[in-house]
Amino acid sequence: MAKLFFIYLAAAIIIFSILVITRRNPVHSAIFILLLFFHIAGLYLTLNAEFLAAVQMIIYAGAILVLYLFVMLLLNLKEEIGLAQYFAPWHTAVSAAIALLVVSLFSLWSFPLGPKGTVTREVILAETNTKIIGKTMFTEYLYPFEILSIVLLVAIIGAVVLAKKKLRG
Amino acid sequence: MIHVILDLWFKAEVPAHWYLWLSATVFVIGIVGFLTRRNIIIMLMSVEIMLNAVNISLVSFSHLLNDLRGQMFVLFIISVAAAEAAIGLAIIIALFRNKQTIHVDEIEEMRG
Repeated sequence: MAKLFFIYLAAAIIIFSILVITRRNPVHSAIFILLLFFHIAGLYLTLNAEFLAAVQMIIYAGAILVLYLFVMLLLNLKEEIGLAQYFAPWHTAVSAAIALLVVSLFSLWSFPLGPKGTVTREVILAETNTKIIGKTMFTEYLYPFEILSIVLLVAIIGAVVLAKKKLRG
Repeated sequence: MIHVILDLWFKAEVPAHWYLWLSATVFVIGIVGFLTRRNIIIMLMSVEIMLNAVNISLVSFSHLLNDLRGQMFVLFIISVAAAEAAIGLAIIIALFRNKQTIHVDEIEEMRG
């Protein structure tokens, strides 16, 4: 059954991501990227990462996507829709990307996995995924976590400064 | 006969390289979107798709190797993606206010 689920989720993820990059109207792309995020969250559920599935839905589907939709509201998309969709030399980009895909598919075929860690499925089940992630984050990864707060602060200030009409003085 | 084989095939675990193939495919789709589209909003969405592709491979490594580090990295990547989306969309608004377009090939101030 795990394989069946994976095949469905993988097919949905690939199809939706292709739809996202080919739609003419950005609002349609936003709707398809919402479906893409939901299916990626489903994939995380099959990989024993419930907390990340929830975070994926709340932050990506809830916050980031709403931000995109608000910006589309502010822009004038009516006249965009009639214009050309792709760059003129798009063949070059697609050929290079397909070459990269072929090379990576063949090299990933026999990817050797490293030594296994200690956090097995039984440990996660005994202590729940969220609790064990919280423990790791606030002990082993406390310093990166603090730096991340500075990154978010810089993003807040930068977004306000960039979107402001005119700076006084 | 055939249903026994199918049963065995479906009961087995998902092979490790399937996750990596999915991740690579989605990443390449994101690259194609970033390189070919003229609309800067779709280009930012392609960046999000690429970040999600990397997240898929990190979470699957975390699952396959019984290690939580992959999931921690995904949390950090998601927050950096949120910051990137906020800054990128602010830049788009500033750009649209000045140039009245969001097509990247009509923006030639820096002659790049």
